Amino acid sequence: MKKISIDPITRLEGHGRIDIFLNDEGDVANAYFVIPELRGFEQFCVGRPAEEMPRLTNRICGVCPEAHHMAATKALDDLFKVEPSSAVKKVRELFYMAFYVTDHTTHFYALGGPDFVVGPDAPPAERNILGVIHKVGVDIGKQVIDTRRRNHDIIKKLGGRGVHPVAGIPGGWSQAVTPDLQKEIEEAARQNVEFALFSLELFAKIVLENKEYVDMVLSDAYTHRTYYMGLVDANNQVNFYDGVVRVVDPEGKEFVRYDPRDYPQHVAERVEPWTYLKFPYLKQVGWKGFVDGKESGVYCATPLSRLNVSDGMPTPKAQEAYEKMYETLGSKKVNGRYAPVHFRLATHWARLVELLFAAERMLELAQDPEITDPNVRPVVKPPAVAPFRDIPGEGLEGVGCVEAPRGTLTHHYWADEQAILKKVNLIVGTTNNYAPMAMSIKKAAQSLIKKGQVISNGLLNRIEMAFRNYDPCFSCATHSLPGQMPLEVNIYNARGEVVEKLSQFVE
Amino acid sequence: MSDNGKPRFGMYWASSCGGCEISVLNIHDKLLVVDEVFDVVFWPCAADFKYEDVRGYPDGYIDLCLFNGAIRNTENEEMARLLRRKSKVLVAFGSCAYEGCIPALSNLTSKADTLQAVYLNSPSTENPSGILPQPRTSVPEGELEIPEFYHTVKSLGQVVPVDYTIPGCPPEPHQIWAVLETVVAALKGQADLPPAGSIIGAGQTAVCEECPLTKNEKTVRRFYRPWEVKPEPGLCLLEQGLVCMGPATRGGCGALCPQVGMGCRGCYGPLDGVEDQGARMLTALASVVEAGRPGMDEHTLEKEIEAVMDTIADPAGTFYRFSMAHSILKRARVNGNGGKPGLQSGSGE
Ligand code: SF4
Ligand code: SF4
Repeated sequence: MKKISIDPITRLEGHGRIDIFLNDEGDVANAYFVIPELRGFEQFCVGRPAEEMPRLTNRICGVCPEAHHMAATKALDDLFKVEPSSAVKKVRELFYMAFYVTDHTTHFYALGGPDFVVGPDAPPAERNILGVIHKVGVDIGKQVIDTRRRNHDIIKKLGGRGVHPVAGIPGGWSQAVTPDLQKEIEEAARQNVEFALFSLELFAKIVLENKEYVDMVLSDAYTHRTYYMGLVDANNQVNFYDGVVRVVDPEGKEFVRYDPRDYPQHVAERVEPWTYLKFPYLKQVGWKGFVDGKESGVYCATPLSRLNVSDGMPTPKAQEAYEKMYETLGSKKVNGRYAPVHFRLATHWARLVELLFAAERMLELAQDPEITDPNVRPVVKPPAVAPFRDIPGEGLEGVGCVEAPRGTLTHHYWADEQAILKKVNLIVGTTNNYAPMAMSIKKAAQSLIKKGQVISNGLLNRIEMAFRNYDPCFSCATHSLPGQMPLEVNIYNARGEVVEKLSQFVE
Repeated sequence: MSDNGKPRFGMYWASSCGGCEISVLNIHDKLLVVDEVFDVVFWPCAADFKYEDVRGYPDGYIDLCLFNGAIRNTENEEMARLLRRKSKVLVAFGSCAYEGCIPALSNLTSKADTLQAVYLNSPSTENPSGILPQPRTSVPEGELEIPEFYHTVKSLGQVVPVDYTIPGCPPEPHQIWAVLETVVAALKGQADLPPAGSIIGAGQTAVCEECPLTKNEKTVRRFYRPWEVKPEPGLCLLEQGLVCMGPATRGGCGALCPQVGMGCRGCYGPLDGVEDQGARMLTALASVVEAGRPGMDEHTLEKEIEAVMDTIADPAGTFYRFSMAHSILKRARVNGNGGKPGLQSGSGE
């Protein structure tokens, strides 16, 4: 049996490795996606005051600290049993939309986009943000950098810091939005809407008008029929900040719709001895291994998933873009809603639809008169409860759930009557997609390695593309400006000797 | 220096969150200047270089290497040793590399408890046969390996000698830029490198010194949790009874947190010449505590001060929020008083 190790995957370096095993016929027997790191937040947060969680758990990920900050802050609302005022919710959501705009922009232009914009077969050294700039022009490159900067400024002003914000408190936000800041944000949001529309046009021009790309998007190698998960509002429309969790089956039928607090009844996590990351799956369906279909509890939680579970987008321009995407991809309406799209590469398109939604929502919120309400910092106190003994109904308990850019993010805390943490459980965005990613990698490997013949040209990039659309974020290190995903494959024979070495960046 | 006369630059993450790298990206268009001035020879986050490339470099090949993230497993430690050998100037970049940061709060608990919490006791985990990740696993097709997870989180300086330290979680972009400018000037012979071993990209005085909130020399009779009171805007948080690590923390961030009404948690580390940030904080707190009456005997006074200090929730996890890897506490015993880690020291390793 031959073993191929893709180690390290640069943008996951120290944080991810792929091991592919070939059988005696030289076909792929299995592929393992290994996460070699554990950080242990669930344990070392125990003993900390609950209110510190928004400032502790953001250190899980420096790319999406805003998502952890927000999930933690909402878990505190629930733990303290305090309903934030509508102004508080709006300020938080405004902050969260600025974050979504930056994050989705970075991903599209620096990470996922280069595959399409400069092309999957372009020399790897060109498939990066600089390559994108060469292709689309320096002006657009400047717009991308400006969009990041503009929204990062707002994140810092609203959240207190540029990376690892501090403003979330139980039931509130530590500071109000001043009228001056409101004007600045409104202007930024307007520019964001323009930028999102422009990005969608760019996608249409570069990808949709290119038959080769469209064929690739629609190809079986990048298709998986799984369950999908995402938060929806009362109208079953996409919501990043709040809502109920909706899961649809591969045909698009609603499988379950639940309050985030009930997640332990619906999501279970599997432990494997060869990786530090757990594999979540739908508990009611069960774990059937790394396989597609209705019988397998594997689900996906990505931008595409969120669109697949929803009945539409809450803002007009994003709704238009949403319809266009489903129509173009040939999705039929069943019972008034589009059937799910299973083409994984369409996730890039879905991400741009979401970018537009985030920008439009940001503008709505910035124009809301309530946004400058000076009273956003309430004094609260935890409800009187019986001392914590790890028995349901005793001690304090709270769940907070948001859509992180990389999937449904859940924080769950238990505390004693003084609000000192006793137990913590976390289901992190990217983790939801661990099994689907492992499957996509295996499928790509299978279609490219046959009878011992390794198609060296393109193998690495195709494997890379297979999971890049998920925007994998282990230790959340995957967002880099140059946007390269250099891979190296070592092929070992049964004696463990390297027989072939492939690198995507051969000079 | 490279043949083209440019200094060679490397950046690496060990056990980190990626925030340090994002902060470097947040120098925005100046990033292009970095690309112009340096010859990047290793930067997994941004460019295609492999461990193997680094192994092939002669010793001292990299002129400037920024190392972020703590040492948490065998792989992190190997990389630290490798990069030490290959770098002329090795910088502990950010709180994790400098002093363990928030993940080093793990040193208040144990490896066994961590594995138990994550893989056995979590309410969403289905693990009837009690599987835990193993350094080596035999699967039907062969063998898989993962690095071994350490019991203790270590800072970079606890594993290899470090030339400079840039504090912060993460370091602020303007400070990063200032450091890069200095280093470039020094490498070109236009300026001197800072004295070896020094802390760069930060201030020399406390966060309090750069904080715009007004101090009125007020004292407090008790401390409050952040949700118990709404602080008066514009006034010092500590004097309103909200714990703020400002007096015991090195400045450099511009007092970001207090300005939005949240106490500093100490991410820029201890002040110059101070080994133990937590001990220093205790001294600072004592000065704002209101206790005693004229003529009171020392013992009663001590008791009163203690009573005020007792109103602080989780002193160990607060005073050593970022510096646990360096703390003299080592591993506190997490038992007795309801599992609440106290300030007593316990068994080490
Ligand atoms: S110092 Fe802070 S920002 Fe840097 S890696 Fe550590 S946790 Fe992340
Ligand atoms: S105020 Fe304190 S915790 Fe906040 S950024 Fe500055 S040093 Fe770090």
